[in-house]
Amino acid sequence: MGIMDMLNRKKGPSHAVVPTDSGDETHLLGGSVILTKLEAINNWGRKYSFFQYPFVTACCGMEFMSVAGPKYDLDRFGAALPRFSPRQADLLMVVGTISHKQAPILVKVYNQMAEPKWVFAFGVCAVSGGFYDNYATVQGIDTLIPVDVYVPGCPPRPEMVIDGLIRLQQKVMEGKWADFPRGASPVSNIED
Amino acid sequence: MDANTTINKLNARFPESVTETHAYRGDDTAVVKKEDLLQICKFLRDDKELQYNFMMDLTAVDYLGREPRFEVVYHLYSLPFNRRFRIKTRVSESECSVDSIVSLWASADWFEREAYDMYGIVFNGHPELRRILLYEDFQGHPLRKDYPIKKRQPQIGPTC
Repeated sequence: MGIMDMLNRKKGPSHAVVPTDSGDETHLLGGSVILTKLEAINNWGRKYSFFQYPFVTACCGMEFMSVAGPKYDLDRFGAALPRFSPRQADLLMVVGTISHKQAPILVKVYNQMAEPKWVFAFGVCAVSGGFYDNYATVQGIDTLIPVDVYVPGCPPRPEMVIDGLIRLQQKVMEGKWADFPRGASPVSNIED
Repeated sequence: MDANTTINKLNARFPESVTETHAYRGDDTAVVKKEDLLQICKFLRDDKELQYNFMMDLTAVDYLGREPRFEVVYHLYSLPFNRRFRIKTRVSESECSVDSIVSLWASADWFEREAYDMYGIVFNGHPELRRILLYEDFQGHPLRKDYPIKKRQPQIGPTC
């Protein structure tokens, strides 16, 4: 799919069209010019170039490797480049169980990421604590940091992860300038 | 050597300290008084016919409602003789401490920290007895049977 086709989708931009004297329409400068909103093309660029930070703590990591590998291939959706520095990442993939001892680290990583940033809760432990309803486990990472996409499953199938990623792309496409910056995590003062 | 060598030697050497023994299906076990634990462990490690030179496991059990309430369990292994031995010692809730065996087997270090973390049993003479799995601010000891199952600690995240 070419860039023009992508841009022509629903909210995307359109070719600059000029009516002629005869009533026909013609593309401005032979179709080499497109009109769009800066916000729309910016979101379009963001949604196809996630730099993810894989915060992998548990068995979901195996499923993450599967979905990131060539068989399911997150690269098809532009999310294939894991950055192991939060400063360079804009998608925080929380993959696995988060214990209370781990929580301050997760918050610190989130706070270190540059805006704009999104959070992907991968697996039921990250979503809600899962079956670890005990003294040690955080009952869902949304008690620590804002979450954009919840993908349950223990672990989730690669198809679910891809579905979650596509939904995140839709969400990014609908984003507004005013959504960012989101600021630090609401609980970050406990640690820092 | 017959299977009960360790028990026999222990009974002969420490008749006052060993309160119970059994060797069910070759699982040689002795319950000893906690005051003499260190002495007995040293004997088991250093005796020429025993040489339990490998401290494989150390854990605790909470028998809530029984007195003494806790039991500390040690699993020893003798590499020269391919033999295993279990020692148990009972610890009451009011005097919740037992001598550390880190001076005999360095491998006991983290096990004792874990038992302290989860059960609150203090190991006297441990070089650095602090929590190993949970964080420093955690209140209580979660593997005790009277720890509230729904209790949440206010570190970060939900408190209810």
